[in-house]
This record gives sequence, structure tokens and C-alpha cells, in this order.
Amino acid sequence: MQQVNERKITRRMNIRILRNDISKYIFLLSTLFGLAVLSILIYRIFSEGVGSFNLDFLTGKLSTQPERAGIMGAILGTAWLMFVVAPVTMFLGVGTAIYLELYAKKGFLQSFIQTNIANLAGVPSIVYGILGLTVFARAMDFGNIVLAGGLTMSLLILPIVIVASQEAIRAIPSTLSEASYGMGATKWQTIQNIILPVALPGILTGAILALSRAIGETAPLVVIGIPALLIPFPDGIFDKFTVLPMQIYYWTLDSALLAEYANLAAATIIVLLIALFILNSTAIMIRNKFQHKF
Amino acid sequence: MTLLTERQQTPLRMVENKQWRKPVYETNGLNLWYGTSHALKNIDLSIHEKEVTAIIGPSGCGKSTYLKTLNRMVEMVPDVSISGNVTFKGNNILGKSMPVEMLRAKVGMVFQKPNPFPKSIYENVAFGPKIHGIRNKTVLDQIVQESLQKAALWDEVKDRLHKSAYGLSGGQQQRLCIARCLAIDPEVILMDEPTSALDPVSTHKVEELIHSIKNDVTIAIVTHNMQQAARISDRTAFFLNGEIIECDTTTAIFNHPADHLTDDYINGRFG
Ligand SMILES: Nc1ncnc2c1ncn2[C@@H]1O[C@H](COP(=O)(O)OP(=O)(O)O)[C@@H](O)[C@H]1O
Ligand SMILES: [Mg+2]
Repeated sequence: MQQVNERKITRRMNIRILRNDISKYIFLLSTLFGLAVLSILIYRIFSEGVGSFNLDFLTGKLSTQPERAGIMGAILGTAWLMFVVAPVTMFLGVGTAIYLELYAKKGFLQSFIQTNIANLAGVPSIVYGILGLTVFARAMDFGNIVLAGGLTMSLLILPIVIVASQEAIRAIPSTLSEASYGMGATKWQTIQNIILPVALPGILTGAILALSRAIGETAPLVVIGIPALLIPFPDGIFDKFTVLPMQIYYWTLDSALLAEYANLAAATIIVLLIALFILNSTAIMIRNKFQHKF
Repeated sequence: MTLLTERQQTPLRMVENKQWRKPVYETNGLNLWYGTSHALKNIDLSIHEKEVTAIIGPSGCGKSTYLKTLNRMVEMVPDVSISGNVTFKGNNILGKSMPVEMLRAKVGMVFQKPNPFPKSIYENVAFGPKIHGIRNKTVLDQIVQESLQKAALWDEVKDRLHKSAYGLSGGQQQRLCIARCLAIDPEVILMDEPTSALDPVSTHKVEELIHSIKNDVTIAIVTHNMQQAARISDRTAFFLNGEIIECDTTTAIFNHPADHLTDDYINGRFG
């Protein structure tokens, strides 16, 4: 008995092709929706902000008068914050990943820690802010300086860096470390010479993407008590500071009082977007350039 | 029984002389369990100095496990338990008496799939000497050249030493892995089906290479290829289900095996 009947196939063919086309347009539409919203957003930001976006604005000090206000302070604050966050998360994140992947015995404790790291990645950022306020700002008496903000932000993105580093380490074929152990290399020599160099592009990509999350984060810093109006530039990690997204936040609040503040907020968003764009492109470049094919 | 036309003519005396070679490895009553599965059962086997010992047997019979016991790589598998004795030049290696790194500095390993590091050809060969503390550039250069020459790879790669090892063909990569082993001047090289991922021409080159280094190093090689075992080895051990059925000179194993299972296996009646 012939199951596949030519006449039946012809009869069903049109409807099959129609369904095929429709499904394609549904997926295209979903993509276009996101793109459209994003374009509107970017258009509004640029049309509002581009007028205020100039060299004086970029290099100037903060001021209550919109026409004189600059955001160099916030740019420096963000830079100093990253100066703390990047090394702290790299060191702790990669260290934890190495321990969990290469040293910890697979068992209850290891999977317990693993689950909790995954959970921590989902904890709302404001909770980290409360932790930072209690531990760094108050108990350790740092106050609202760069170091306190940086350590808090580090905790916030640490789970992301750990998980990304673990994945980068796990992606290395075991045959490579076997070859190294087989030559008489110690574990540390194998980590140092084989595992870290091979995993580094993946680790860096993850770390940079995590940094771009930290750059845009406000909630933990609000809790720590970053000043709304800070005129002097921060000179180091022990200074009071503000960051780009905080500046956006306060200017947007104040735009209810003075409409020009909205333009300043938009111009600051442009700066932030450029910073994020640079970070993310760097991450993609690293990934493409150093990706290993095994 | 036509595998061995050449070897059949080997005068018996020579074969007997070989039997007097000193054992490098001696295994007595070796048992190994992965968890509760008994992978090696009461293995008694010696590997003799400057001989090629072939280990044959069907998949899953414990050949790789045995080989990895010899350089203690098997202990990296969680939940492994081992009993019995394995001595390397008279020293029990299963105890704590010798750090594994020390043992592995004298016992190299070549794996089934070529596994060069994602580094340059030079760095691959220099890896072993470097981790064992050699820093002098001239010395390293010399070791790299000599090892590549021994591995019959020098002429093919001398102009691209600092290019990635991944640019080499599979066969060249495997010879590079052998050169990497030779660079630490090992006394023994363990090879786990080193040619099973290679084409016939590359296989032939690796076999020639084994032939050319066997006067300097002891080789234990796992192979699925009966002709290969016959061609390159002096002694053959036949494993089945974690047990050793028999071990004898290759001539004896292939011409008049003591056990009918060996006979059935090498003549392809099971596998
Ligand atoms: N890492 C491991 N964990 C558990 N069992 C293993 C492991 N490696 C091998 N085995 C088992 O041990 C037996 C011998 O394996 P192996 O030594 O790899 O055989 P061969 O190399 O002869 O094909 C097989 O039954 C295999 O399933
Ligand atoms: Mg095997």
C-alpha cells in the first residue's frame, strides 16, 4: 500500500507553502517590532540631546544652570568606578571559576555553590545596594566614595563573570589539559600555560559584557547615597563621585522643574550609549579574533 | 596467518635474546575499578626496555585504562580504586613515593586524537622542557630541532616553527605530539591508538617514526590494527574483558597463540 500519494501531496502543497510564508512574516514582524521601538527611542534621544552635546558639555563641571553644565565629573566617576570593578571582578570571578571547575570535588557542596551563584545572578541590584550600604559604606565606614560603590558593583556583576569564566574553561577540550598533565605539568602549570590562555578570550568577553551592565546600573548607587549635585571632579578611588546613569536619573527628575534638564539627560544618554557601544564592540572583536577552533 | 611473512623468518635466537631485556614496567595482580565496575582484573604484565609492546583487544577491554595506569592519568577519573603492584624501574608508582609529575617526566603519552596545544609548533615542542625548568633559549632551540628531527617532521615545519600547530595536517599534528613527548627525553612513550584517526599514508609515517625511535625509548602502544601490531611490535599482549589472556613475543602471538581466544581475535572471528 502506497502511503505517499502524489495527488494528496499536490492538494496539500499550496497550503503548506502558504503556512511556510506566513511563519516567515511572523518572525520578521517580531524582529521589526523591537527594531522600531529602538529606533524611536534613539531618534528621541538624539533629537533632544544633540543640541547640548558639545565639547564644553563633555569637559565641563556640573552646574545648576543648564547652559553651563558639563558632565566630565560623571565621566571620571564612571571611569574610576570601572577602575575598581574591573580588576576586582576579574580576580574574584576568574579565581572562583578556576576553583569550581578545576579544584572543587564534584559533589553536594560544589553543586550547592553552583546553584547559589546562578541564583545570585538573578538577585535585584537594589539588594546589592543594601548590602553595599551596610558592609562597605557603614560597617567599613567608607561612606559614599568610589571604593564603596565599586566593591558593591563588583559583587553585583561577580556572578556573571564567574559563570562566563566557567563556561570558557569548560569549553576547553579535556584532551588539551590531558596532554599537559601527561607531560608532567603540575595543575598550576597547566592552568597557567594552557587553560587560562585558551579561556582568556571567553573570559574577557564575559567580563566586558558584565562591565557594561555595571556602567548602566543606578539602583545600588542610589542606596549608597551618591550625591545629586557634585561639582568637584573625583581624583581617585577615595573620593566622592557620581556616574553617568546617576546624572541621567537626577536630570530627568529635575526636568519637571526646568525643561532644559531633559536635553542634558538626553545628551548624557548619548555619552553612555557611546561608551556601551565601544565596550560591546571590543567584546565582539575579542571573541572573533581569538576564538579557538579545536 | 599470512600477516607475518617477514617476521616468520626471524631467527629464533634473536627473539629469545629479546626476552632477556630488562623490564621497565612490572605489573602484578593489578585490579582497577571505576566505581563498582571492575575494569582491570588481576593483570600481570611486564613492559621491557627498548621494546615495542603492542596491546590489542576489542573495545572496552581495558587497554586505555591499563595504559593510563602506567602514567597514573587514570587517577584523575573520580571514583577510581586500584589495588596491586605497578613498578617503574623497580619503584612502586602507586604509592606516594614518587610525585606523578616526576613519573610523567620520564613517561610520555600520545593520545588517540592528535592534541597539539593552540600555540606555535615551536611552543608545542618547547612546552615540556619549559615546564621542567629549561629557560635557556639556545638549549630550547636545540631541543626543538632535535625532537622534530627525531619525529621526522623537521623538514616539513622548519620554515613555519612560529606558526600555529593547528595549520598542520592531522598526521603532522600527531607527529608533532610525538615530538612534544620526545622533547623531554622520556624513557617510555605510551601510545593509545595513535594512528586510528589518521589516513594510511600518515599512519605509515607514524609507524616509520616508531621504528626509528625504538632503539632509544620503550614503547607501549594500543592498537586496533592487527597488521600494525604485527609490523611494529616485539611483544604483544592480548586483553579481553579486563583480563590479560596472553602476552608473548609478537611472532608467537601471531603464529601459534597459546589461547584459542587470541587466535579467534587476531583472525577477526570476533572484535
Ligand atoms: N572514565 C571512566 N569512567 C567509568 N568507566 C570507564 C571510564 N573509562 C573507561 N571505562 C570503562 O572501563 C572499561 C575499559 O575501558 P577502556 O580502558 O577505555 O577500554 P579500551 O581502551 O580497551 O577500549 C570499559 O567498560 C569502559 O566503559
Ligand atoms: Mg581505548
